[in-house]
Amino acid sequence: MDFEKINRRERKSRRVRNVLLYTLLSLWAVIVLFPFYWMILSSVKSYGAYNSEYIPQFITLSPTLENYVTAFTSVPLGRYFLNTIIFTLSTTVLMVVVSVFAAFAFARLSFPGKNLVFTLFLALMMIPNELVIITNFVTITDLDLRNTFPGLILPSVTSVFYIYLLRENFAQIPDELYYAAKVDGTSDLKYLFRVVIPISKPTIITIIILKVIECWNSYVWPRLITDDPDYFLVSNGIQEIRENGFGRENIPAMMAAVCVISLPLIVLFLIFRNKIMEGVSRGGTKG
Amino acid sequence: MEKKNLKALLYLLPALVFLGVFMVYPLIDVFVYSVEEGYNSASQIYFGHGLYNFSYVLHDPYFLMALKNTFLLVIITVPVSTGIALLFSVALSSIKKLRSLFQTIYFLPYVTNTLAVGLVFMILFRKTEYSDGLVNLMISWFGGESVDFITGPYWAKMFVLCFYTVWIVLPFKILILTSALASVNREYYDAARVDGTGRWRIFTKITLPMISPMIFYLVITGFIGAFKAYSDAVALFGTDLNAAEMNTIVGYIYDMLYGNSGGYPSYASAAAVLLFAIVLTITVINLMVSKKHVHY
Repeated sequence: MDFEKINRRERKSRRVRNVLLYTLLSLWAVIVLFPFYWMILSSVKSYGAYNSEYIPQFITLSPTLENYVTAFTSVPLGRYFLNTIIFTLSTTVLMVVVSVFAAFAFARLSFPGKNLVFTLFLALMMIPNELVIITNFVTITDLDLRNTFPGLILPSVTSVFYIYLLRENFAQIPDELYYAAKVDGTSDLKYLFRVVIPISKPTIITIIILKVIECWNSYVWPRLITDDPDYFLVSNGIQEIRENGFGRENIPAMMAAVCVISLPLIVLFLIFRNKIMEGVSRGGTKG
Repeated sequence: MEKKNLKALLYLLPALVFLGVFMVYPLIDVFVYSVEEGYNSASQIYFGHGLYNFSYVLHDPYFLMALKNTFLLVIITVPVSTGIALLFSVALSSIKKLRSLFQTIYFLPYVTNTLAVGLVFMILFRKTEYSDGLVNLMISWFGGESVDFITGPYWAKMFVLCFYTVWIVLPFKILILTSALASVNREYYDAARVDGTGRWRIFTKITLPMISPMIFYLVITGFIGAFKAYSDAVALFGTDLNAAEMNTIVGYIYDMLYGNSGGYPSYASAAAVLLFAIVLTITVINLMVSKKHVHY
């Protein structure tokens, strides 16, 4: 009798708790998703319709794609896009090559002063970008590399943290594999490509994804080093559009540009969801 | 052996060159710059060495404003975002249905372009003569006065900046805390439940201590991240942050270096060194506090 009462009360309190939990979680989900909804919604409202709304409308009955056409035709959005793709791909490829070789040297090869060099290396991880960007700006300017791709790419290549992450991963590969390969007369380079890289593929993919996100969103360095719109990346592009493009107040076209810029990473995220979340929890720093 | 050394060096060479040119050399150089007085980037001459640059920066009203904004941002967003992240990760860990859907949604802001989505926030919050904007519409539902959050009063601008910052940093924190919560050994909970321990007591006596290293990690990275805030402010208020009274320390550094008020690498370096000193001090204090309160 009593037992049943307790049981019932327990079940009731659990139901109340669940309702509270799901309400709370859904509320935040709405806050997260709402800006995305608003951006898509505004991008399909026509210019006239948007500007005549003194009170913003939550839906539109006559969606239009004309803003997307405007976004690509009246500002060089395609150019910004292409620049960002070139920048992201070259930076990422260079980063992976440089990091893999360095990590391999630290993990597998031996040379005098290796531990010292590695310690200094780790110390570099603490150095904030803001501290070195000033001289880099002067260096690149002196080399006459402003408004060029090398100027954009070269200082963004190295990431001490990724080298560290790879080294830890390479170091876990059993020594026996290396000795077996040596007995077979395999060279270090061949061992690296045939054994180490295939085994460490998940980590390499992780750092590639993190770097791509970082490149796609980078703003500060590109802003310092480019003032010619031919070399703008999407972040500078959107800022330029905001300040000078579309005759100032064409918000729907601006939102169309924002949608186009946001889409690639969101698609990438939905495809590689688990890889990205795992990668960020291991090596993400934004936050 | 000789040959092997050379080969190892060859593998390392690209990384060493990149790091040497773009990290080690600049690191030394920034301190040199910061003590060169009256440096002129056109003629590349300076008068002498000393601390004048620091004193200039510390007396510059724009720097003091940036300092105030940055400190406010740090003091507000770090506790708020860590607290909210803790709340949501605990909530996430106690449900089964729809959990991965919520996780996916919560992570979305991480993969968005700060500048692009900042523009959406600006539009949601701003008030123009043509429209009060969406947020003001909601305020009016509850009978409040409409406020211009983008070009209006200081507190309103600070509120938007903090709100956007929290929105941006939460995904990372929620992700870290949910995985920390998942790694707490179930047996502790079972043991506590057998003893009839209450929910709140379980949370404060078992869960919190077990995940305290991760919370601490988030507080430190949160402090460092918030001190470097810049692009979120640009996204909301445009590139002329001094005029908007919303500049941050990092923004001040870039403005000194480049742009309309730029061309003063010495002042920029002095400000960068000051920023580094502040971040280092805060991190050391954090580490000392954590020794007392964090259970490993």
